[in-house]
Amino acid sequence: MIRLLQNIGSNTIDQIWRLGAGARLFGLTLISSAESIRRPRLVTKEVYATGVLSLVIISVSAFFVGMVLALQGYHTLQKYGSSEAIGVLVALALVRELGPVVTALLFAGRAGTAITAEIGLMKATEQLSAMEMMAVSPISRVVAPRFWAGVIALPLLAALFSMIGILGGYLVAVPLIGVDEGAFWSQMQANVDWQFDIVNGVIKSVVFGVACTMIALFEGYDAPPTAEGVSRATTRTVVTSSLAVLALDFALTSFMII
Amino acid sequence: MTQNIVEIDKLSFGYNRKLLHKGITMSFPRGKVVAIMGGSGTGKTTLLRLIGGQFKPKAGEVRVDGQVVHKQDREGMYQLRRKMGMLFQQGALFTDLSVFDNVAFPMRELTDLPETMIRDLVLMKLNAVGLRGAHDMMPTELSGGMARRVALARAIALDPDIILYDEPFAGLDPISMAVTCDLIRTLNDALGVTSIVVTHDVEETFSFADYIYFVADGVVAAEGTPDDLRNSTLPFVHQFVHGEKDGPVPFHYAAGDYKDQLLGPDA
Amino acid sequence: MERTTIDLWVGVFVALGVAALLGLAMKVGNLTTSSVGETYTVNAAFENIGGLKPRAPVKSAGVVVGRVERIRFDTETYEAIVSLNIDKRFSFPTDTFANIYTAGLLGEQYIGLEAGGEIEALAHGDKIAHTQDAVVLEKMISQFLYNKASEPAAPAAAAPAPAESTKTGDDALTTNPLDDILN
Repeated sequence: MIRLLQNIGSNTIDQIWRLGAGARLFGLTLISSAESIRRPRLVTKEVYATGVLSLVIISVSAFFVGMVLALQGYHTLQKYGSSEAIGVLVALALVRELGPVVTALLFAGRAGTAITAEIGLMKATEQLSAMEMMAVSPISRVVAPRFWAGVIALPLLAALFSMIGILGGYLVAVPLIGVDEGAFWSQMQANVDWQFDIVNGVIKSVVFGVACTMIALFEGYDAPPTAEGVSRATTRTVVTSSLAVLALDFALTSFMII
Repeated sequence: MTQNIVEIDKLSFGYNRKLLHKGITMSFPRGKVVAIMGGSGTGKTTLLRLIGGQFKPKAGEVRVDGQVVHKQDREGMYQLRRKMGMLFQQGALFTDLSVFDNVAFPMRELTDLPETMIRDLVLMKLNAVGLRGAHDMMPTELSGGMARRVALARAIALDPDIILYDEPFAGLDPISMAVTCDLIRTLNDALGVTSIVVTHDVEETFSFADYIYFVADGVVAAEGTPDDLRNSTLPFVHQFVHGEKDGPVPFHYAAGDYKDQLLGPDA
Repeated sequence: MERTTIDLWVGVFVALGVAALLGLAMKVGNLTTSSVGETYTVNAAFENIGGLKPRAPVKSAGVVVGRVERIRFDTETYEAIVSLNIDKRFSFPTDTFANIYTAGLLGEQYIGLEAGGEIEALAHGDKIAHTQDAVVLEKMISQFLYNKASEPAAPAAAAPAPAESTKTGDDALTTNPLDDILN
């Protein structure tokens, strides 16, 4: 019993310590960003690794998510005789929620783990130490460019996800089920608001981009320099990022709806 | 200008509560090759990191070129580190960059040299370690010895005053070992730098070092030129130099009574 | 500056992402018509707003001219005060009617403006004097049933009443289905 309490206590302290360390790394990253702005080539390289290489998984998932939404939505809406509203349903679900959230979850699994493993291994093989000894700050040279690349890439991926999902939904609804094309688009346009739906969706994906990338960077930077340490850090990146995305989504949505 | 480029003065350092170094004093004269020897886990590598300013000492100080390392601010620290080149145990090459880009890395990051000049300098440095022909290979394609030499080329990229070697011989075959020994000595004499070598390979070290410090139990146990030490009668030095299993450095890590532990109630 | 294939791919990626955002804005969000231009605010008091929500459209002759900004309850008159943001491009006379309509039988509710004949136009902060409340379905049905019950002698007289209009052809189709049930 006492041991259990001890474990809970030490785990809590550990988590709080990690939260503080993560926040410190975030702050350091922000103030060490001058290098990334001065040499955009550093960021470009990372946008390739996090964004371009995630394109396939994002496009394929978005396409299927859009098609499923249209199928499910049609079967429900049809009962109320309003199957024309299917465009609205698909678009709102994607733009407000699924686009940013599913993209962030896939991003954590695809790009986040890659970042953690890369930085963890760089640390384990003393590459970060070597950089420090060369009077080059690893935070401004390694961490900051990856951070900004993630923050840039995730909103773009989320926008692509929404757009491709809507196309997938369109393909199911219009040619396959036979919903009227004009009604599909016009209902969508009448009910999706630029400010309240699309801009808010973009804001969400920017916040998710900051969270996912920062968690991945911190886990990599904080990983014990062993094979086991790096593998555990990679797992933690996925778990922590996913929870953070879902919790942040709830918080942001409740702010945005009021 | 002082005679000694690096001075370690009554330095104490430890992780958590356990002290690793208990008042170490060493000095490293300009232009010499000085080796720090000792068993595994005696904090030799940590000593190099203290010189590089990656750790803060608990007491005492390290002076590089007359300046106290741990009292520098970020900018001052980076100024000091530009005078040093460090060779890490496994080379620590940047795995996402080619051999050429690895050696060019410090030049591109820290200087405004034009790309054509960087190209010439990199090829010169690679030539000095005999690997000019490997310039477009990736670090994963190199053998351990080659990686170590590329890392050495990178360490001397900006013509440092001090080169720190962390276990340069660990895991090398005899030929690579001989090549590395030779390189350390030649680079030292050709570039006029000071070399600090952390190692536990007795034979090799005795063949090229000018002066040797033995570290044991957190203090300097013995020091002197290779000849002095070879003839030393100190039991510890004798054990180390001749590689005997038991002696002042015990085979067993400190533990409770063997019989008690085997037969006791906790077992 | 030398160009690499990575730059090309990143360029393609960024272009695709921006195109998707623009696509969302134009094709899905219809940014072109729901202008974010300048607006002026007028208030209207209703006794019952039904299911009207903030951000509901304000239409005139079926064209969206603005949005409901906020709805609050006035404790002195016990009325709902609805603030409307109307696009600066459209001006309405001071005797404009504001009605709450429902789009379709169960659709969302919106405010319809019907222009009056005054020369003076509504300005920022003005109050619309003529309003008509939302039609609440339950209220309508109960009223209808009550009326039916109060005149039991002539149940058939109510039905032909709309037929007096000139559009005879259409009326045959649009006869109130409730009549059949009640008869």
